[in-house]
Amino acid sequence: MAVIFQKPKSLSDVTQHYCPGCTHGIIHRLIAEVIDDMDIEGETVGISPVGCSVLAYNYFNFDMIQAPHGRAPAVATGVKRARPDLFTFTYQGDGDLAAIGTAEMVHAASRGENITIIFVNNTIYGMTGGQMAPTTLSGQVTQTTPFGRDIKTAGYPIRVCEMLATLEGTAFARRVSVDTPQNVREAKKAIAKAFELQKNEAGFSIVEILSTCPTNWGLNPLNSLKRIREEVIPYYPLGVYKDKTKEGESS
Amino acid sequence: MKGNEAVAEAAIRAGCKCFFGYPITPQNELPAYFAKKLQASGGVFLQAESEIAAINMVLGAASAGVRSMTSSSSPGISLKAEGISYIAGSDLPCVIVNVQRGGPGLGSIQPSQADYLQATKAMGHGDFHVIVYAPCSVQEMVDTVFKAFEIADLYRMPVMILADGLLGQMMEPVSFPDFTLSEPTKKWAADGHGGKRKKNIINSLFLQPDDLERTIRERFARYDEIKARETEAELYMTEDADIVLVAYGATARVVKSAVNLAREQGIKAGLVRPVTLWPFPEKELNEGAQNARALLCCEMSMGQMVDDVKLAINCSKPVTFYGRTGGSIPSPTEILEEIKRIGGVV
Repeated sequence: MAVIFQKPKSLSDVTQHYCPGCTHGIIHRLIAEVIDDMDIEGETVGISPVGCSVLAYNYFNFDMIQAPHGRAPAVATGVKRARPDLFTFTYQGDGDLAAIGTAEMVHAASRGENITIIFVNNTIYGMTGGQMAPTTLSGQVTQTTPFGRDIKTAGYPIRVCEMLATLEGTAFARRVSVDTPQNVREAKKAIAKAFELQKNEAGFSIVEILSTCPTNWGLNPLNSLKRIREEVIPYYPLGVYKDKTKEGESS
Repeated sequence: MKGNEAVAEAAIRAGCKCFFGYPITPQNELPAYFAKKLQASGGVFLQAESEIAAINMVLGAASAGVRSMTSSSSPGISLKAEGISYIAGSDLPCVIVNVQRGGPGLGSIQPSQADYLQATKAMGHGDFHVIVYAPCSVQEMVDTVFKAFEIADLYRMPVMILADGLLGQMMEPVSFPDFTLSEPTKKWAADGHGGKRKKNIINSLFLQPDDLERTIRERFARYDEIKARETEAELYMTEDADIVLVAYGATARVVKSAVNLAREQGIKAGLVRPVTLWPFPEKELNEGAQNARALLCCEMSMGQMVDDVKLAINCSKPVTFYGRTGGSIPSPTEILEEIKRIGGVV
């Protein structure tokens, strides 16, 4: 019988620890599929962050480095500068990337570092029990904003793609979501494009993927996906924010 | 050649392929030299956005199995502490140079030895050590750089060269010996499995207490090996010394002059100069202090190594301390006065 669906080669055959309804699993799979499609598993070095996806080093079937909190873009820079022939991406959550790792993110982009950031934005710190993240929406209840995020005291949620798109070094910045099958397919296209850009030495690329956190949002998986559509996408619109390729310039 | 530049030249000759740094006085000539020369020798120089990014770039390059280095001065080293802890916890080799300046805080840009405790006891959070070399001349800095890369690769751990603003800024004649590189094959590196081996993971996280304890105990077993094999000290006129001085780095040069002055005046003084600060040369110190009535520890700090001196001799003899801090360098006559004072009271 012909095999029509199977685990990508680049995903390890182990049980993942993610909560039910969390979309990290989908995103892991998409990355693994793209790496399989490009047949670059043997030359890939992934960088896992601190946060829910810290254990990503167990889930991917290629070489992995676990970086200090927020420092993944600097670690990826070290790998890429030392060995430009390797393929390098970081996998980072919103707290890791857009709070403690802001400087590393901005300067890797500004240098046009030939790496890719896969930015998983679920508007909350998941691993530590649901604290306010830099991307937490106004009014969102978290452990550290028990009365909802108050813009007056906690400031505004950061739109990372829009910010990085202003930097000359950013070659590609796109925000996608994995809340519907159609959006999942689009997300895969975005990852594939970013990875191709790196292969072509085009410079810095980032794919922001809106993700769910049913556990810390206090919602079931279906309502979590609904929240993405009704609350998250309106503040974080999907789209291409930067594309230095020919297609991007002509669009 | 200037100390800072000599370190960079030695590193290039020692096979250093990546330097990541951030500007801070008094070590700026070091990255500047790399910026000029490293690319020509097929290496990478990158000025990072911060000390933190620089050490994490070292972490990345070292993970990929490439000889890497960073340098800084005291306040910058504090910022690198997080990364150094991760590097140690991930068993990665690298070389870190600290051209010490006065502290705490922004302190001064003058020479200091006030980072001894940080370097030897607590270079970051968690149970770990870095090997610390304390050269005392530009020539010894050069020789140490080569050894540092070899030792780092051999034991898969960070090696720190603890210099100071005096050593970094001073000019001395220097020769570069022919280094024979013996960089081992790094089978553990995250450099792409190429379909030829299982994946490698560079990691310092062990969620199960038993796993973390086992990893740390294995690392400490390696530390015991290092203590047995790599500990170094210089003994100067200690055989018949009544008073043994203990000093490292630039201070040891001043102390040596003071010992010579004392000898001219008939005072039997000697010097034990720790070359490795971690591991601390306990055996060598005891050997050097065998016939001494008293010990005098001299540092450019308020007294940090002096505690190790007392521990090493198990407080079996009186140990006194003389130090200058804040960027002031003690003079030989100052130390001679101290030797005389101690000679009088013992």
